[in-house]
Amino acid sequence: MTTPSQVLTLKIDGQDVTGRADETILQVARENGIHIPTLCFLDSLSPLGACRLCLVEIKGSPRLFAACVTYIAEGMEVLTKSDRLNKYRRMIVELLFAERNHICSICVANGHCDLQDLAREMGVTYVDFPYRYPRLGVDASHERFGLDHNRCVLCMRCVRVCGEVEGAHTWDVAGRGIEAHVSADLDFPWGDSDTCTSCGKCVQVCPTGALFKKGVAAAEMVKHRSFLVRLTAMREEAE
Amino acid sequence: MNRIELQAIADKEIERQQELKCRVLCCASTACLSSGGQEVRKALQDELKAAGLTKDVQVVATGCKGLCSRGPVVEVTGPAQERVLYANVTAEAAQQIVRQHLVGGQPVNDYRLDADSPFFTKQVRVVLSNSGIVDPERIEDYIARQGYAALGHALREMTPEEVCLAIRRSGLRGRGGAGYATGLKWDLVRKADGRDKYVIANGDEGDPGAYMDRTLMESDPHRVLEGMALAGYAVGAEQGFLYVRGEYPLAVKRLERAIKAAERQGVLGSRIFDSNFNFRVDIRIGAGAFVCGEETALMSSIMGRRGEPRPRPPYPAQSGLWNSPTLINNVETFGNIAPIILNGPEWYAAMGTEKSKGTKIFALTGNVNNTGLIEVPMGITLREIVFEIGGGIPDGRTFKAAQTGGPSGGCIPAEYLDTPVDYESLTALGSMMGSGGLIVMDDQTSMVDVAKFYMEFCMDESCGKCVPCRVGTAQMHRLLSRLIAGEASAADLATLEELCRMVKALSLCGLGQSAPNPILSTLKYFRAEYEARLKSGAAHGAPSQEAA
Ligand SMILES: Cc1cc2nc3c(=O)[nH]c(=O)nc-3n(C[C@H](O)[C@H](O)[C@H](O)COP(=O)(O)O)c2cc1C
Ligand code: SF4
Ligand code: FES
Repeated sequence: MTTPSQVLTLKIDGQDVTGRADETILQVARENGIHIPTLCFLDSLSPLGACRLCLVEIKGSPRLFAACVTYIAEGMEVLTKSDRLNKYRRMIVELLFAERNHICSICVANGHCDLQDLAREMGVTYVDFPYRYPRLGVDASHERFGLDHNRCVLCMRCVRVCGEVEGAHTWDVAGRGIEAHVSADLDFPWGDSDTCTSCGKCVQVCPTGALFKKGVAAAEMVKHRSFLVRLTAMREEAE
Repeated sequence: MNRIELQAIADKEIERQQELKCRVLCCASTACLSSGGQEVRKALQDELKAAGLTKDVQVVATGCKGLCSRGPVVEVTGPAQERVLYANVTAEAAQQIVRQHLVGGQPVNDYRLDADSPFFTKQVRVVLSNSGIVDPERIEDYIARQGYAALGHALREMTPEEVCLAIRRSGLRGRGGAGYATGLKWDLVRKADGRDKYVIANGDEGDPGAYMDRTLMESDPHRVLEGMALAGYAVGAEQGFLYVRGEYPLAVKRLERAIKAAERQGVLGSRIFDSNFNFRVDIRIGAGAFVCGEETALMSSIMGRRGEPRPRPPYPAQSGLWNSPTLINNVETFGNIAPIILNGPEWYAAMGTEKSKGTKIFALTGNVNNTGLIEVPMGITLREIVFEIGGGIPDGRTFKAAQTGGPSGGCIPAEYLDTPVDYESLTALGSMMGSGGLIVMDDQTSMVDVAKFYMEFCMDESCGKCVPCRVGTAQMHRLLSRLIAGEASAADLATLEELCRMVKALSLCGLGQSAPNPILSTLKYFRAEYEARLKSGAAHGAPSQEAA
């Protein structure tokens, strides 16, 4: 039996590394300076395994594994880059661009956007899939913040930070499949929410310009996320 | 309740049935009720009253007999009576049956079904052995056919380990689709640490066209409950949940009654069979999302959360409902348990192929003469199912393909008709066993249209959590629509194929992982039909129904 604190050895991209049994492949890779692309993952939030960008190969299995939710094992040999992985990751980013209406030049997060960074990293200069151009709305009912559904990638960071860190659970998902969208309370306008504390954590963790502070112009919305790790660490200390 | 009392109930019921001159069994399952089963039963009762036969002849509302396309189906049976089956019975036919057959002793040949036809003789009924024979609303009827004897036996004579071992040795595999070894799963939950453990029966059955589980729950609810109780004893759980989709109100009603009756008789509830084993079953009703059949989404739904899958591990056996070890099996899987305990694992393992034991229920539909619900031994060939049990293709047309596994499966063409039906063979052909949908398609069917139908289903049913499935199914659907409209280029077809492989490899749960199968399997066997739809492609293959 392995216990959570047991130290295991494994190989990531041919490099010998060690990690604790309760660490995921992503955590160990990051500790060792090995970059794995992620989108839904955010340090201090529960891992979701939804964007599928962090998929890696494990020697001996034909399957792919999401590094953010897969725990390490003794002797595991992980490959974080391969032609197949690169191609699939690129397709995911393309699918996201084709899903909603991402028009960088007019976006508040232009230049500070995780989706844009991913596209740059994967060399996405064109999209192979037909754009869907759905008609989506903007919720500007909150006095300080706005939600533009056109730019949402459904990473659920806002849902998790609101439920897990702020404890308000204002955000959730409504609808399913391609119709799924984040919604405040029971699909009310955000400004009418009884549960929202206006703390703004969701705005800071949002990877794109979907959640933004009102009054910022294109490319002005810089997000600050370091608070989250510090807050969690302080809470753990207090316990 | 103890085993002597159980036997006494059985004896009394058998005696009661023997004293009758005959019993008229009328199917009262959803299919036969929708074709007028209720009126037929009433006509029979009225006519018997008029003939003064109500004492000697009993009309019984039973579950399904399988030949659903020929309903309402009625069976006359008795101690000194040849078994006679009638199909397509109307109220007038019912009157005639009473007058001519029950009073006059002459069967009504116009409505008679040949009980020796391959539809019946090629089937082996294990899970459905009571279906169409017992009254699902009377527990005595179930007990008279050795009901709850397996539970009584196991609680007295077997340890939980021995029950798990028996299921392992039987070779039973899960009937919910993936075919995981049932005994192994039970052992995992039995050995898992945890004070509270749970047993879940998955009766969500969301595949379009499938109704195996509905029929079992409607026709023999106690069989499912007894299987769950045996599982509870084997893994150390005291609480069971039966997750039934909301579209199955009759199944829910019968299960509720069955649970009450079983508690009253002491075969469910506290101190079952005077042992220290307690087991409660509660029903949870789903809201009809296909994805809620996926085990982690189903548990999320039971706990009152959004029905969305989560990554596994942890598997439910380690951490399921409220983080406790949880056993989840399909209702048909549970339907196999009592017979295995009663007749022994060797008896069960003697049926089927090397790796797929026992029988499987299929909902046989599409372009085939006899549609309905069939239970066949594993390893039977598709040809036997389609041409013997199914009676071949109607209207003089020819067989083109059989679709198994629903939206997760694929189409099997004519050259593989002699393939044995088992988990491995169907997977090797690019389809899968799935939960038991089997749709026969004739030469007029367009395979591209079939693929689009299933892709539309998957797109609508995707929960939207992971990107490959949420956006990938929508894109695959678009590309197929373009193709059907004659607007797709060869590059679009290549993109479609690439997308199929990507969604299969990357999706979070089985829905996305298997959603491309209908496209991939039809591309494999009927590629020409796709190419014929390309923008300037030469027209060959079947014509499109939409474009026509
Ligand atoms: C999208 C999806 C839908 C499913 N629907 C069902 C279902 O309706 N009924 C069922 O028994 N299993 C269903 N399953 C399989 C379950 O996740 C699970 O494997 C099964 O209930 C286990 O029981 P078994 O081992 O007896 O087969 C589904 C799986 C997926 C991925
Ligand atoms: S594969 Fe589809 S159904 Fe399954 S989690 Fe992903 S989006 Fe939801
Ligand atoms: S970062 Fe692992 S799935 Fe999104």
